Formats: sequence, structure tokens, C-alpha cells
Amino acid sequence: MTEPVFFHMAGIHKVYPMGDEQVHVLKDVNLDLEKGDYLSVLGPSGSGKTTLMNIIGCLDTASAGEYVLEGYDIGEMDEVELARIRSREIGFIFQNSQLLPRLNALKNVELPLIYAGVSPRERRQRAREMLEKVGLSRRMEHYPNQLSGGQQQRVAIARAMVGNPAILLADEPTGALDQKTGRQVMDLFQALNREGRTIIMITHDMNIAACARRTVHIVDGVLTERAGEAHG
Amino acid sequence: MGNSIRGILVMVKEYFAMSWSNIRGNKVRSFLTVLGILIGVTAVIALITTVSGFSGTLSSSFRSMGAGSLMLSVTGNDLKSGLSREDLTVLTELEEVDGVSPSVSLRGRVARGGAYQSNVTVSGRNAYYFLKNEGMVSRGRTIHPSDEENMTFVCLISQELVTTFFYGEDPLGRNLYIDGVPFLVVGILSGDGGTSVTAMMSSGSASIVIPYTTALKMNNTGDVTSLVVYAADGLESGDVTTVLEETLDAMFSYEEDCFTVTAMTSIEDTMNNMLSMVSTLLAGIASIALVVGGIGIMNMMLTTVTERTMEIGLKKALGAIPWQIQMQFLIESFLLSMIGGVMGVALGLFLSLILCQAIGSTFVISVEAILLGVSFSAVVGILFGWAPARKASRLNPIDALRSM
Repeated sequence: MTEPVFFHMAGIHKVYPMGDEQVHVLKDVNLDLEKGDYLSVLGPSGSGKTTLMNIIGCLDTASAGEYVLEGYDIGEMDEVELARIRSREIGFIFQNSQLLPRLNALKNVELPLIYAGVSPRERRQRAREMLEKVGLSRRMEHYPNQLSGGQQQRVAIARAMVGNPAILLADEPTGALDQKTGRQVMDLFQALNREGRTIIMITHDMNIAACARRTVHIVDGVLTERAGEAHG
Repeated sequence: MGNSIRGILVMVKEYFAMSWSNIRGNKVRSFLTVLGILIGVTAVIALITTVSGFSGTLSSSFRSMGAGSLMLSVTGNDLKSGLSREDLTVLTELEEVDGVSPSVSLRGRVARGGAYQSNVTVSGRNAYYFLKNEGMVSRGRTIHPSDEENMTFVCLISQELVTTFFYGEDPLGRNLYIDGVPFLVVGILSGDGGTSVTAMMSSGSASIVIPYTTALKMNNTGDVTSLVVYAADGLESGDVTTVLEETLDAMFSYEEDCFTVTAMTSIEDTMNNMLSMVSTLLAGIASIALVVGGIGIMNMMLTTVTERTMEIGLKKALGAIPWQIQMQFLIESFLLSMIGGVMGVALGLFLSLILCQAIGSTFVISVEAILLGVSFSAVVGILFGWAPARKASRLNPIDALRSM
């Protein structure tokens, strides 16, 4: 048996109806990744990069084309199966970290494991390990409003990793941070990638995109591999 | 992985914790939301508990007269209009009967010196009556068997008449004129006229009590038409009905419809039935408040779902399936409703305790009422939480995340 295909996108199209017209957001996107890749998707706003992220993150399905993740054909899945795939294979990191204000750092990190049905003891154990890994072992009981922006983003990274997903999917991970803390988050990403984590980062910032080992460009829904001129 | 029963239990426990922290995070709003349920359950519990306490008191007061007494009312026929003294003796000597207490009433003009009072209720009683209703006499003596025998002109009078006719004098041993006939006052009736139900029903308003034989004579009749029959020890009133009816049938030459025998137990049953109907009706009206409360919860939950769109989107992105989101919101509305229900039960019991003391009945905690209140609010929580929870579970995660 050969190993299942890790990440394969071929001929992905996304068309939204908007009034009477059809908006063609993604046009024939082809993308393949290996385990341990660190990819940045660089594009200006309105280029279709958020739509691409939604499809990669299994929040949305393509209008046409093939998307295979860890051997699963994502295009064929219903709502519940997509949720299961997100739970197992995707770790989301959002621009504004998006922590639940009523839960402390530890509980926030545990959240994905609750939906995956992991036992409380194992949940706690794994959440602790992740927070230690992102350097927050002394902030576990803190609530989001007691943490700085950089710390909050590190909690969010811990939360993304705790389910041991195939891909860490980051959407403008430094967008809400100052340059110094942004740099620290990028260092953390590089360290995680060296440990073998696969990371896909969506950004409009050239400098941030340059931290990745591979960069693809998206303009008007078309994905290109070549190093183009700067956008945004 | 997440499909085992244990996994689901762990998850549900987690949703309870999350819901609890959401409810606590919005204390004022949560309290206002559960107020409707609280009031509804309070009303239902207070009503049911108070009515059941009252009917318990009523039953025990029925029982206090020996659980076995029968009201006998005679209409008679052309030959025989009532029961003679000999008939009463026959009834008294029945094995199943302990004794009989006839009641003869008339209205008369009472006078003494220059003072008089018209239309005073005068009750004819026997010695046995006073035996069965202790505490009727506050001073002096009761009617004796010899008074019945000799149709003596003695009377017992109420406190009210004492003030009217004997101001500053001791009435005992003095005369009072009833329809012009002098009666010797031998006793004073106590104010409450006894606590038993027969006393309440047959002589509560009597101002003067005289021997029933004397009363018959004053009415120019020899026949008693109304009496209470007491069953012998260990017998219930229902047991005596048959033998009593047979004896009376013989007395009235087997003609129909000459008398009615009503066992106290059947009166008690009727009253209890009426009370439980009334309480069901009232509880039904009170449960309208529960429905209104449910609508309040639904409104609050719909608002919550809108407010927490981002949270729902995030949870879905983190792998929550629709069922899990629905469950969480359902548990939240269930919990809200239960909080209202439990508070309502406590408040309702407290209110009922006060009410029971005010009307002087015993306070009994009714387990059925508590179960009813709690289960009703649980049902309301789930029923009215369903639509908002479903709305939350169907949010598209992309739209939800876009609101960030």
C-alpha cells in the first residue's frame, strides 16, 4: 500500500452567486504539499485568499475540482464529515486569536479536544503540554483579558496544535500584533516547522510571507508559483 | 472516537459547565429571563400545596367526630311525618349504632323584663349531643337525660344573649321567656360552639339550646325530622348505612323517598373532589405563566445566539458538529428553566407555608407538586430552547467567522 495523498488540489474553482451574476472567486487552483512544508499564500485583499483558506480549512467546499487531504476526498463530504475533518486535520489560527473570554488559557486550548471527545484527564494533559511548548507554562490559569496580544496569539497557536492536526492554517497571524511580537510569533512558527509541523499561512504582508520556506501568489483568484512583484 | 456513551457524558458535563458560566456571566439578564418560569412554578406549587393542606385539615376534622356519623333527614309520608321518641330508641338500640342526636329547630321571641328579641334560633338537642360535642358549654351544665324524659323547661344560652338579657347579672338559675314560656337558664354556650363538623353544620348559629322533647312540644309535633346517627366503635359510617336504611324502611312501611341517609364519608369525598377540581383548574391557569416564561426564555436564547455568532463560528471551525452546538444551547435553556423551576418550588412552598398558617390548615409538602413543577420547567426549557438551539447549530461557519 502506498501512503495516502497528503495534500492535493487540482482544478479548484469557486463560484458565488451574487444577485443575477456569478462571481468567479477561484480559477483553476492547483496546489500540492508534502508533510512538513511551510507555505505562505500571498495576495492583496479581494484576491480570493480568504475563500482559498476556507476551502483548505474544510469550512467550505469547491464548486469544481479535486481536493484530497490525508487521503480524504473533501469535495464529497457533508457538513458533519467536514466538521470531523476540521477536528482531526486542521488547526486554525485567526488574526485576532479568537479566544473565548469566559474560559482561561488552559480551557481555551482544551476546547477542540472537547468536541473531539477526548477524556478530561488527557485533555488537560495535552493542553498543558501545548501551552508549555508555546512558552506560557506560567499563564495557564489566566483569562484572555489578562494576557497581552502576543500571549493571546500563542494561546491560539497552542489551541490549533493540541489536536495534532495535519495542517496549521493561519490567517494573517500577525495582523493584530506590533512588529516585535509579530516577529516572535514568526519565530515560533519556524520552530514548529522545524519539528515537522505543516504550516499554511495566508497573508498580504511580503515580509511575513518571506518567513515561509515556499511562497505562492494569488491575484484575482489565480494561484501562481513564480515570485512576483509585491502586493498590498 | 467521540461516539462512546462515556464520551457523550463527558461532553454533556462540559456543556453544563459552559452554560453555567454563561448564565452566571449575565446574572441580571438570566434572572429576568427565569422570572417568568419562577412565577409560574411558584403559583402552581403554592396553589397545589395549600389546597392539599386545606383538604387534609378538612378530612381530619371530619374524622375527629369519629369517622362514623350519618346525617339522617326525614321527609316522611302521609301516615308518618317523622320519627317518634320510640323510633329513636329503636335506632339507638341497633347493634351498629352508638347513639343518635336529634335536632329540632324553631324560631321564637325571647324576652326578659322589658327587653325582647324576635326570631331567635332555638335548637332542640339531647344529652348525647353534648357527649359527642365536648367543649360546647363554658359554664353551668348540659342537658340531662332526665330533661329529655320530663320535657323540662331548661335552656342553655349563647354569650350574646347573656349580654343582651343579663347585663351585670349571673344568668344561671334565672328565667328567660321563649314565646312567653319561662325557661330556667342552666348553662352558657361557649363562643365557638364546638369545632366538629356536625357542630359547624347543624348548630353553629344556635343561640339557645333546649331539650329536644321540649322543642317538639313547642312545635306542636311529636316527630323528629333531622338527626345525626353515630356509628358504634370501630364501624365507619358507610357500614351503618345499610342497616339503618332497612330499619327505617320498616318504620315507613316500605314506602319510597321518605328519608335520606348521608354518610359523612361521602360528604367528605364530595368535598375533596370539589377541592381537587378547583385546585386543578387554578393550577391550569397558573401554568399559563409557565408558557409565558418559556417564551421569555426563547426570546433570550435567540438574542444569545445572535450575540454569540462569532463564538459559534469559532467552535465550528474547531471541529464542533451541529449536534454538539445544538446540545450546548439546549442545555443552556434547560438549565435556565430549571433554575427558575427550583427557585419557584422553594418560593411556592414558602408562600404555601404562610398561607396554610393564615387559614389554619396543616402544611404538607406534596412530592407530586414538586415533581410536577420541576418536570414542567424542564419540559418548557427544552421545548422553547429547541428553535434557538437549532438556529445556532445551522449557522454557516464562514458567515459566522466573517462577523469577527
